[in-house]
Amino acid sequence: MSAYSELVMDHFTRPRNRGNMEHPDGIGEVGNPVCGDMMTIMIRVKDGRLDDVKFETMGCGAAIAVSSIVSEMAKGKTLKEALLISTETVGAQLGELPKNELHCSNLGADALHKAIMDYYDRQKGRPKKTRGGKVEYLERTEKQCYCPYCEHELPSNGSLCTNCGKSTKTG
Amino acid sequence: MIYLDTISGTPLHPEVKVAMVRYLDNGFGNPISQHRVGDKALEALERAREETAGLINARKTEIVFTSGGTESINHAVKGVALAMREKGRHIVTSNIEHQAVQRSLRTLTGMGYRVTSVPVDRYGLVDPQDVEKAITDETILVSIMHANNEIGTVEPIEEIGRITRLKGVIFHTDAVASAGVIPVDVEEFGVDLLSMAANQFYGPPGVGALYVRTGTKIAPLLDGGIQENGLRAGTQNMIGIVGMGKAAELAAGEMQGRMEHLWYLRKTFTNRIAEIDDLILNGHPTKCLPHLVSCSVQYVEGESMVLMLDEEGICVSTRSACASGSLRASHVLTSIGLDYVSTQGTLIFSFGIDNTVDDVDAAVGAFKRSVAFLRSMSPLYGKK
Repeated sequence: MSAYSELVMDHFTRPRNRGNMEHPDGIGEVGNPVCGDMMTIMIRVKDGRLDDVKFETMGCGAAIAVSSIVSEMAKGKTLKEALLISTETVGAQLGELPKNELHCSNLGADALHKAIMDYYDRQKGRPKKTRGGKVEYLERTEKQCYCPYCEHELPSNGSLCTNCGKSTKTG
Repeated sequence: MIYLDTISGTPLHPEVKVAMVRYLDNGFGNPISQHRVGDKALEALERAREETAGLINARKTEIVFTSGGTESINHAVKGVALAMREKGRHIVTSNIEHQAVQRSLRTLTGMGYRVTSVPVDRYGLVDPQDVEKAITDETILVSIMHANNEIGTVEPIEEIGRITRLKGVIFHTDAVASAGVIPVDVEEFGVDLLSMAANQFYGPPGVGALYVRTGTKIAPLLDGGIQENGLRAGTQNMIGIVGMGKAAELAAGEMQGRMEHLWYLRKTFTNRIAEIDDLILNGHPTKCLPHLVSCSVQYVEGESMVLMLDEEGICVSTRSACASGSLRASHVLTSIGLDYVSTQGTLIFSFGIDNTVDDVDAAVGAFKRSVAFLRSMSPLYGKK
């Protein structure tokens, strides 16, 4: 697919750090299978650093590549450094992405941050996120779908972005 | 490279290419010109028209050449709406029509027309009774597609045609996915308008036709000169039309053999992929196109599968949100009741007359590997 850079295709065909983690120290889940993407990042923390990062992703090529890239960027960093990994820094790594997949790339940084926040919560004794059990997809979403052109939040029905006016349906 | 995406466009048949190149070498004229160069062009034009009409059992005076399926559909829907606006402003259609129909209708509703869209069952079939009940004194057009391009289901057009004849309402059918592939007969169907495209039967892209039954009230879409019986202005795309005519002639002559071959490939494919678990086949199992299979793979997203298959040289298509350019699920898949998540993992395999059983084997192998690989990193697989 010519729209993807070599880096993205490399991370898509040979993803690093994919798979489950037994008893992770933090779990971050983002996305919405209704939109077509679901990303879970699991972390192991040792001495304030991300000792191991693993991901499980269901999504397009960009989503899978982003998961792999974020996991690589985060490994070995301190928690504070990892929190600085943002959509922009991930975007800088990825280079050119097709416009409607910018939304996929946002998920990576968000999932990592949520995993770190989950770790902090557990440290403070708050109930931890668990895997398994019935998954209520629509209730889990924090984020809406975003306009692929200006990234403004999209209304739940209708197909015109209320911010830039572009149609999000190209069919 | 194994091309299994003929529903997006077929490769050019070698004889079609020969016909087009021959025309390129010898003809450049405008069929409307009054001199010998024009005459040659006119001869080629009218021969292509006859060949195209023969494919659908129409008279050649009833064929209007267009730039493809989308233009034909736009012309049918908007042309009738315009011509019949004094009689009524109501149009009946179905929930699974192609975007060309749906957005044409959306434009019309913005101008005061009303649309009733009948639902489909879980196989994608329209109930002709629903169409009958929807028709009122204000109805000026019924537009129901012959075969659906995403799930392959073939609709009961003859029954609907009988209803529209009785009620005296103009009936248009989008036969872009079916004309040239399976038998299409405008007399048996009882349709007044029919849209077709050359790139579905081994002709070139960018050319199609609209069948207009003699006496149908329809306004032109393109205004200007008097070409195409005054129905479609503009100098014709002669190279494309010559290609289309040749493709139509071949399609008509070889249809039986082609269908048998395609059915065989389809059956082999669906038998082999039955080994993949958590995979749903969409559309009707028998009332369907012979060359198309829509399958929804649980726990995996469509575009990632297309990419993985492409890496192995297999070309297919998907309607996942990421791939379609919007973030919305396919309206066809949601209309047949498929859950949103499954719509994102749907692939469309469509075979061509050049494909072989070896191609099917290779595709199935690559498909199984892609699914296994992507499921191994899916947060949904094996978790429920």
